[in-house]
Amino acid sequence: MSLSVELTHRRDGFTLQAGFESPDGVTALFGHSGAGKTTVVQAVAGLLQPDAGRIAVGDWVLQDSATGHWLPPHRRRVGYVFQDGRLFPHMSVGRNLDYGRRMNRRARDPAQERRVLDMLGIEPLLDRHPAGLSGGEQQRVAIGRALLSTPRLLLLDEPLAALDAARKEEILPYLERLRDEARIPILYVSHSMAEVARLATHVVVLREGQVLRSGSASQVLSDPATVPALGPQEAGALLAVRVEQHHEDGLTTLATSAGTLLLLGVAAPPGTRLRVRIPAHEVILALEPPKGISALNILPARVLALRPGDGAGMMVQLESGTDRLLARITKRSALALGLEPGRECHAIVKSVAFARSDIGAGGAV
Amino acid sequence: MTLGLSAEAWAAVGLSLKVSFWAVLLSLPLGIATAYLLARGRFPGRQLLNGLVHLPLILPPVVTGYLLLLTFGRRGVVGAFLYDTFGIGFAFHWTGAALAAAIMAFPLMVRSIRLSIEAVDPGLEQAAATLGASRLRVFGTVTLPLVLPGILAGTILAFAKAMGEFGATITFVSNIPGQTQTLPSAVYAFLQVPGAEGSAIRLVVISVVIAMSALVASEWLARRMARQRGAT
Repeated sequence: MSLSVELTHRRDGFTLQAGFESPDGVTALFGHSGAGKTTVVQAVAGLLQPDAGRIAVGDWVLQDSATGHWLPPHRRRVGYVFQDGRLFPHMSVGRNLDYGRRMNRRARDPAQERRVLDMLGIEPLLDRHPAGLSGGEQQRVAIGRALLSTPRLLLLDEPLAALDAARKEEILPYLERLRDEARIPILYVSHSMAEVARLATHVVVLREGQVLRSGSASQVLSDPATVPALGPQEAGALLAVRVEQHHEDGLTTLATSAGTLLLLGVAAPPGTRLRVRIPAHEVILALEPPKGISALNILPARVLALRPGDGAGMMVQLESGTDRLLARITKRSALALGLEPGRECHAIVKSVAFARSDIGAGGAV
Repeated sequence: MTLGLSAEAWAAVGLSLKVSFWAVLLSLPLGIATAYLLARGRFPGRQLLNGLVHLPLILPPVVTGYLLLLTFGRRGVVGAFLYDTFGIGFAFHWTGAALAAAIMAFPLMVRSIRLSIEAVDPGLEQAAATLGASRLRVFGTVTLPLVLPGILAGTILAFAKAMGEFGATITFVSNIPGQTQTLPSAVYAFLQVPGAEGSAIRLVVISVVIAMSALVASEWLARRMARQRGAT
């Protein structure tokens, strides 16, 4: 089942005109504030009625302005996790979790309840009240509440934005499990590159109310055209890797499609599939295989495209095996090296350039 | 136990309690609905409704009482209809006192409930809708429980106002001992008779006790509600 969205909405001089498909897995709706992300999600949930458009999950049509069909929010079966949790303060966690089932007058499903409680680790919270929970606990309960309403689609509207870095790290593994276990499309709104890189299987980049790029996460994130929407500091490609071997000095060998990477602090056992984000500004390019250099990672690559930035910077898209890389260098360097599409080179990355948050579990990229 | 009060004075206390109880109970559903409309409704004429609700608060009570007499009196437009059709009469009857008390207390009740509805985060109602609750059930399961403290406060305030209502009541239903003589009317009547100040003072004490009890009860209830919702 996939979510298909086609929307036009005008409000106060802002025009949203967006169309995209979001298959099973996590589709990240990415863009800066004011790009129209929340408008899209609210329209999908029925909390906002767009001027025109068609929204459907598989053959479940939520809205079609051509036929005048419009389902009110409570009939849409869309699980919505808000940035601020929005747990009901007058109900215990248990009653919050049970709310969707009661409102839809469905019988209890103990197996599903068990799955959700275990996946989110919220069983010890059942008798507590929302006011006594930490921000991270509240968000986990909010996710559980949405899941237990047996939705056909899950909307996560910046669910981590209100949390500090430690709490984010606490929840991200739960979201990774959700992505790998939920059998429904998940639309994930974010303006954080780290979250998108960790979770997204698909990425839709919104810019000023328009879809700038849409496609698989690795495709979109390695596309130099998305850089203006992401910001050059946030740009970076996504690599699918497999854990090969742990070494005594704390490094781990990871296999990519074109060679190997040595990274710090990987705990996953050999054979595990991981995704690694390589920030564009951490990549150095060399024409010859460098010798006598401290960087441990040297991947053979070929230049695919160059995109000059507004200032002195230049974004270089590279192909390495079947993977794509992005490197941010200066225009001066690009000129000095004579970089042009088709040029063979070497991409160099320091092992310590990877932050913990750049390494995520599983999932196709 | 008469506390030195005549049967007539006790009748006034009993009547006031009865009048206030029914006035508040019957106007509460309408008060909640009106407060919700004013807090959340977006319709033309909202300001007009707001003004109408507040009218008894700003008009002289005598004027409200006279308007009630014109409308609900035996020969009034509504009054004649109600009497001929259902046999319900208001003029010079305790039900008239209840009607006057309800109308005078209504603005206070609506105001208090409206403020507490406006304090409810609409985001919670949206969340309930996405979980499958229709508008009516959102109101019943989220909005109403969250505004209960406000409803309680509005009810107590309205009850106190109803207990104290004088001007509109005496204009509309007069001051007939045992029939329409409420506690304030009785105090007024005692003050008109030489040597009856003692009875007036005893009635004043009783009215203070009733008002304080209502206030304490509402504080206790509000605290209990807050505890149930508490952090544990």
